[in-house]
Amino acid sequence: MAWFVFILVAALTIGGGLGVVLSRNVVHAALALLVSLIAVAGVYLVLFAEFLALVQVLIYGGAIIIVLLFAVMLTRSSDYPRISDNKQWPLAAVAALALLGVLVPAFVINNVAGTQAQNASFTGIGESLFTTWAVPFEIASLVLLVALIGAIIIARSGPGEN
Amino acid sequence: MPATILLTVGLADFIWIVVGLFIMFTVLSVVVLSLTLLERKLLARLQLRLGPTRTGPMGVMQPIADAFKLILKEDIIPASSEKAIFWVAPIIVVVSAFMIWVTIPGTQNAVIQNLDLGLFYIIAFSVIGILGLVLAGWGSANKYGTLGGLRAAAQLISYEIPIIMVAISVGMLAQSLDMREIVNAQGSYIFFLVQPLGLVLFFIAGLAEVGRTPFDIYFAESEIVGGPFVEYSGAHWSVFFLAEYINTFAIAALTVILFFGGWSGPGLSGDWGIIWFLPKVYLVIMVIFWIRGTFPRLRIDQLMAFAWKVMVPMSFLSVVMTAVYLFYGWPAWSLTLMSSAGLFVVGYLIYKRMTGPTKLVSQTRIRQQALQDQRRAASQAPAEAGGD
Repeated sequence: MAWFVFILVAALTIGGGLGVVLSRNVVHAALALLVSLIAVAGVYLVLFAEFLALVQVLIYGGAIIIVLLFAVMLTRSSDYPRISDNKQWPLAAVAALALLGVLVPAFVINNVAGTQAQNASFTGIGESLFTTWAVPFEIASLVLLVALIGAIIIARSGPGEN
Repeated sequence: MPATILLTVGLADFIWIVVGLFIMFTVLSVVVLSLTLLERKLLARLQLRLGPTRTGPMGVMQPIADAFKLILKEDIIPASSEKAIFWVAPIIVVVSAFMIWVTIPGTQNAVIQNLDLGLFYIIAFSVIGILGLVLAGWGSANKYGTLGGLRAAAQLISYEIPIIMVAISVGMLAQSLDMREIVNAQGSYIFFLVQPLGLVLFFIAGLAEVGRTPFDIYFAESEIVGGPFVEYSGAHWSVFFLAEYINTFAIAALTVILFFGGWSGPGLSGDWGIIWFLPKVYLVIMVIFWIRGTFPRLRIDQLMAFAWKVMVPMSFLSVVMTAVYLFYGWPAWSLTLMSSAGLFVVGYLIYKRMTGPTKLVSQTRIRQQALQDQRRAASQAPAEAGGD
């Protein structure tokens, strides 16, 4: 059963990813991305990481995709929904391959074959996040704060106007 | 019940889930029919009308007649719409509306699958519904539809934050996100008594989340003629309608579970608690309809300003209050006091906002009048001088 579920969500993840790349329509690509991200939540569920799965659905499946669609609708790309190809694709391919080159050796070296997925309770995640990993957590929140302030500064009217 | 449900599911569990889902669909459909009738009757009474009276005794068959009418109507799909997205959008909306009901308990046992992270699950999947509205607006290839979709995204994401924050503070009070645990934690006192601010924020944000009237900005008929739903008709439109009422019922049920002790009440124990639960939920729903019959629609800028300037800061404040209360182990009435003070601030801000413009207008009028008088006096003075 676990294998069946895993193969299903893995296929959905890959299929969604391919849909994002191959779709000629920006909104269709966003939908394919949604499928892919929700399927990743399924992968987390197979790994017993319920909390992470729900966070994935809430943040990526909900908020990020909605903001993405918002941007797609507000920019002029909605006038030309069929053009989703440009000259940057070799660069993107190199970046993707580099990531793959990092992930595959990490996977091979750490030899995950015999390990068992463990039920990560969300109280456990909370405890370790706010005790052991409190400093990295605070740094991450600082990065988010910087991004927020940056967004406010960009959104404010420029020096020329007012 | 952890995520193992996915992996170790036996045949018996599987059959129970299928049967449970079937019961859920049936019960929710009946509930939606009752809600449409209740809304029409209640609004009619508020406006000194009778409401539906012809179909069946006292018009109780009206919802069924309406449902038949909707299903038999011609289902029009605009030629220029994005067919796939036009089709998938209502499905996303209604599936997310049904999915959250999987873990909302009616009583201790009347739940399809209780989850440890039930409250968080409900929040996560209710966000997916917003996506359906945005896609519906865009897929219709209609400018009102797209405008409505954008409004829906802006409004619903903004009001999602207070809901999450209030849910966090309730989870902190109950020390759990499990819906049953939250109800059981309200054994000695219901959370409304210690966190009235949370209740008000949750209720207002919930109204905005399901787009009930003062917050029906994204499909405002008089402004954008139905928003995302403008091109939908017949069965497709009725799917949105169904989702809206299911979500309204869900918000009412959540309000009751989080703040009014769910199915717990004096005199009844075990599964008889449903007799306490349903009247409480219907009472909250009647308040929602009452608000619909009373308040005019907000403007979109007022709506967003209210979300970001009042709701979000106050919801953060409610989390901080709860945290302070729990950390220092103060008595329960101290949180009541703090929360009531917060509620007073919200009330004062709303009152000021409602009376503020009138005051400003009258002040400006007085100033203009004074200025006019001055000018008249100044223009008359030389004329008199010239006449002499």
